[in-house]
Amino acid sequence: MSNIPETGRTRRVTIRLVVLQILVLSLLGTLGGRLWYLQIRNGSQYTAQASNNHIREVVSPAIRGEILDANGQVLAGNQTKLVVSVSRTSLLEQKDHGKAVLTRLAQVLGMNAKDVQDKVRLCDAKTPQPCWNGSPYQPIPVTDQATTQQAMQIMERSEDFPGITAQPTAVRQYPSPGGANMAQVLGYLSPVTDDEVTKTANQSGKNKYLPSDQIGRAGLESVYDNQLRGTTGVDRLEVDNLGRVIGSAGTTPAQPGDNVVTSIDARVQKVVEDNLNQAMTDARNTFDTVTNQNFVADSGAAIVMDVHTGRIVAMASAPTYDPNLWVGGISAKDYANLTNQASNYPLLNRAIQGQSAPGSTFKVVSTSAAVQAGYSLDGHYPCPSSLTIGGREFKNFEGESAGDISLEKALEISCDTVFYGLSYDQWMKDGGIKPKANPADWFYKTAHQFGLGAKTGIDLPAEVPGRVPDRQWKTDFFNANKDAWCKQAAGGGTDYATEIARENCVDGNVMRAGDSVNYAIGQGDTLVTPIQMATIYSALANGGTLYKPSVAKAVITPSGQLVQDIAPQISGKLPDDQKTLQYIDQATAGVVTEGTAAWKFTGAGWPQDKIQLHAKTGTAEVYGKQTTSWLTTYSKDYAVVMTISQAGTGSGGSGDAVRRIYQALYGVDDKGGIDQSKALLPTPQTALPKFNPDGTAILKTASYSYDYPSAPTRSAVYADLVALEPALRSTGRGRA
Amino acid sequence: MTSSSYGSYRQLRFSPQRGPVARALAKDAPLRRLDWVIILAALALSLGSSMLVWSATRGRDSLTHGDPQYFLYRHLTNLVIGVALCAGAIAIGHHRIKAAVPVLYVLALLMLLATLSPLGSTINGAHSWIQFGGGFSIQPAEFAKLAIVLGMAMVLSSRVDTGEREMPTSRTVLQALVLGGIPIAVVLLMPDLGSVMVMAVTILGILLASGVANRWLFGLLATGGLGATAVWKLGVLSKYQIDRFAAFANPALDPAGVGYNTAQARIAIGSGGLTGKGLFHGTQTIGQFVPEQQTDFVFTVAGEELGFVGGLAIIVLVGIILWRACRIARQATDLFGTVVAGGVITWFAFQSFENIGMTLGIMPVAGIPLPFVSYGGSSMFAGWIAIGLLQAVRTQRPIAG
Repeated sequence: MSNIPETGRTRRVTIRLVVLQILVLSLLGTLGGRLWYLQIRNGSQYTAQASNNHIREVVSPAIRGEILDANGQVLAGNQTKLVVSVSRTSLLEQKDHGKAVLTRLAQVLGMNAKDVQDKVRLCDAKTPQPCWNGSPYQPIPVTDQATTQQAMQIMERSEDFPGITAQPTAVRQYPSPGGANMAQVLGYLSPVTDDEVTKTANQSGKNKYLPSDQIGRAGLESVYDNQLRGTTGVDRLEVDNLGRVIGSAGTTPAQPGDNVVTSIDARVQKVVEDNLNQAMTDARNTFDTVTNQNFVADSGAAIVMDVHTGRIVAMASAPTYDPNLWVGGISAKDYANLTNQASNYPLLNRAIQGQSAPGSTFKVVSTSAAVQAGYSLDGHYPCPSSLTIGGREFKNFEGESAGDISLEKALEISCDTVFYGLSYDQWMKDGGIKPKANPADWFYKTAHQFGLGAKTGIDLPAEVPGRVPDRQWKTDFFNANKDAWCKQAAGGGTDYATEIARENCVDGNVMRAGDSVNYAIGQGDTLVTPIQMATIYSALANGGTLYKPSVAKAVITPSGQLVQDIAPQISGKLPDDQKTLQYIDQATAGVVTEGTAAWKFTGAGWPQDKIQLHAKTGTAEVYGKQTTSWLTTYSKDYAVVMTISQAGTGSGGSGDAVRRIYQALYGVDDKGGIDQSKALLPTPQTALPKFNPDGTAILKTASYSYDYPSAPTRSAVYADLVALEPALRSTGRGRA
Repeated sequence: MTSSSYGSYRQLRFSPQRGPVARALAKDAPLRRLDWVIILAALALSLGSSMLVWSATRGRDSLTHGDPQYFLYRHLTNLVIGVALCAGAIAIGHHRIKAAVPVLYVLALLMLLATLSPLGSTINGAHSWIQFGGGFSIQPAEFAKLAIVLGMAMVLSSRVDTGEREMPTSRTVLQALVLGGIPIAVVLLMPDLGSVMVMAVTILGILLASGVANRWLFGLLATGGLGATAVWKLGVLSKYQIDRFAAFANPALDPAGVGYNTAQARIAIGSGGLTGKGLFHGTQTIGQFVPEQQTDFVFTVAGEELGFVGGLAIIVLVGIILWRACRIARQATDLFGTVVAGGVITWFAFQSFENIGMTLGIMPVAGIPLPFVSYGGSSMFAGWIAIGLLQAVRTQRPIAG
């Protein structure tokens, strides 16, 4: 611009314009700086927020792995149910918000149209049940009881049913193959709590619980939950501000969980359960001359263990329940029925959680203790009908006397007075009422060496340790109860319990002679669990090795590949030398042929010359109740232990049942004949089951006359749907 | 200035044979004297923003009546009309505009008053629209801003441009404030507080450019400050209104209302990063998370889809317009021209700062458009008329004698 005309502007205005220009530029500079701060400096933070904003995750549950028996039979599996679900997202895209579709659906399913609409509405404070309280992006199940025909109608006319799917969905099921129940061993599932979801929120993958997850709460389902539970699939949907789905941001398919192969043999399990029940029923029909009423037989447990590995072949606990009650959420009524006092707590696995005094089955421990203490195996010990110790008379169980007998004979005929004498002798040597500084305590030490008073470590939850009432325990127990005892004594009562309390108040911490002699025959304060006894008697059978009991043998992939082999673990050695073991072997065999159990074994046709059994009976006294029946036995390969509370003597209460278990294992009939083809398991199973390429086990069909009844219909449903939609192949597995 | 290709052969300045094209391109012809930089920058903003408006609306079926390009076409149509209005203003010229100011001012005021009559309609809580048939509507407050600039400029410059005074007298300043105050009062009744804010700041800018005594500027600033403090302290505003105002700094104060807008806008812009997610690929935009995204929050589309580069481009283009406008203000031949230019600068600058600032979370949320970028006819027309006024100021010749 060459010549600027004369203007009316003063210098003042020019300065003002410069001020204006500076102000304007500083405003724009501010904007630029702030833009840099948001986009470059803090960009990543907002990128994360943006993706949270528009991505919604829809989870598809992973199929839980199965629990199989040693032959590949499904103990805990998944039932394929036809679940008809409705996608709200696609309903809302329809003109009438899906009203017409839902009405058509209700017609097909034979339901009330209003019920269907109510089921798919979202819950809020004002909406009464039924309503959907899950994520609105998650397909909402309308029914899981659809028939194949209904499902086919829906899927063939998908244009009439937009947003409706009929999918085979896996629901946990405990099929009880052959009628084997095993409820307490298998355990159950229940949904995760809000707390658990919050606690695992920072974890990733499998360790992060989603609100829809079910996890194992008891039994194998709980111990192997991590292996059984699959990884949930996630479908990442892009949504807009109103939550409408506008695209997909990737899908991670669900990974099914692994299968757990157990050492349980469902056929043996069934036999054990039946015989335990039969024994309890028989006991209830038997008159108890001591209490002048029939036996109560309120609860019991039985275990069959492979003595070479510690693996559990069968484990039964009574009373029991139907594990399928837990499927799909247990009702409040069912839960109350399983947990109230009248139920007698069927959720307890009495094989590992039931404890009582062992009675005479403890005498194998006492015998070992006596040998360790230096008493000769060849010696003879007096067996009078009673012994008076500390002013109290200790009698033989049935008041019999046998003169001077060997330890072997004492075990065989279960002579209490022999062990009273030995234990009293030891108690005196240890200082009696004023114990030495370091008492030998052979009887207590040996019990600990046999694994008593400690958990065996079986792969089942909530095992109890039992109790060895040694000096330490006496002291602890006295300190904990002294005040209560003294208070009760001060009450001035004269009944038995108060008399005991009065005595205990004074010197309850002192190991008295009576305590020690009672202890030696497995009475008094000693507590053992059936699994501990099974472990001990297995060790007696296998030459002295204590195995850690186990139920699971291996973890395999859904297609049958080995993931993890669970090898037997040795947890200790019996303190006995081979000579003592042989001695006990002989004595326990004698129990079967001539001793306390003879009338239930050789006397009942057991072919002891062909298949040698060893046994020890036990009859534990319980204050205020009938006696607990114990029968602990072993053969070359198996230890079988049964105990029934309030069922009388060891042989009387459990003898027939245990013999019948052996009969089934070895194919022995009532007359002693052996038919190998009828033997369920003449030798323990060592190999894992074989699997088809699709992961189903190759079952030896010849030996199975049964299969669970719903299987054929289910595979027909399944085949039809597979024909419709091949992609469904991976969601369920047919079992023929 | 480039010389014409045949300049050396046409030495005779007063050659009678010059054709119309040659005349239009002659060295002193109005077309040659236009500030093309401003026009190109405004065109770039208007055309570029059509993509942003399109991106923000193509998925909003409830607004587009099923035609994804509806807003693209409307925006481009508005631009054509706006450019025509701009050309008209240039053609009418500085002096004739100055002469017509009283008429224009009264016309704009009448339109503004019409919004308070039954002719007006309410959108987003402000009674600031006049609806015509066929989906056509105008927002008279946009034109009122022009009226304030022109009316105040005329009054303030009248005694100075005739050479009677060195600077506007107190009397003329008061008269000018009355002219500026009347439209503000009407807009307050709507109520459209965003426009009131822009108008008030524009008035300050006009006074600044007109060279009034410092006491007026500081006096008005102090009055404004005291007034705001009084409103705050005396509890004229409810807590909700204060929260709404302050929500730009802390979205938690009004999470369902303004807080939501400002939080979503910040997420959209922040997630754009350096180069953005790509046009039509912004997740916040596709998901329609930012309300009013084609109008008041149009800057978020640029921030998200074109990133820092795109956002900065808009700021720079606005800066170019303002920088050149400052030059026009300095070079104007009379105070009227200077004040008009100063008024337009203040208006554009503050409105752009407020609009972009609210999307960035440094200014309170107010419903005002970003000049040339936001979708909206009235804003587009007023913006281009203002460009026309700047050009008219630039192309004027001093009155002979």
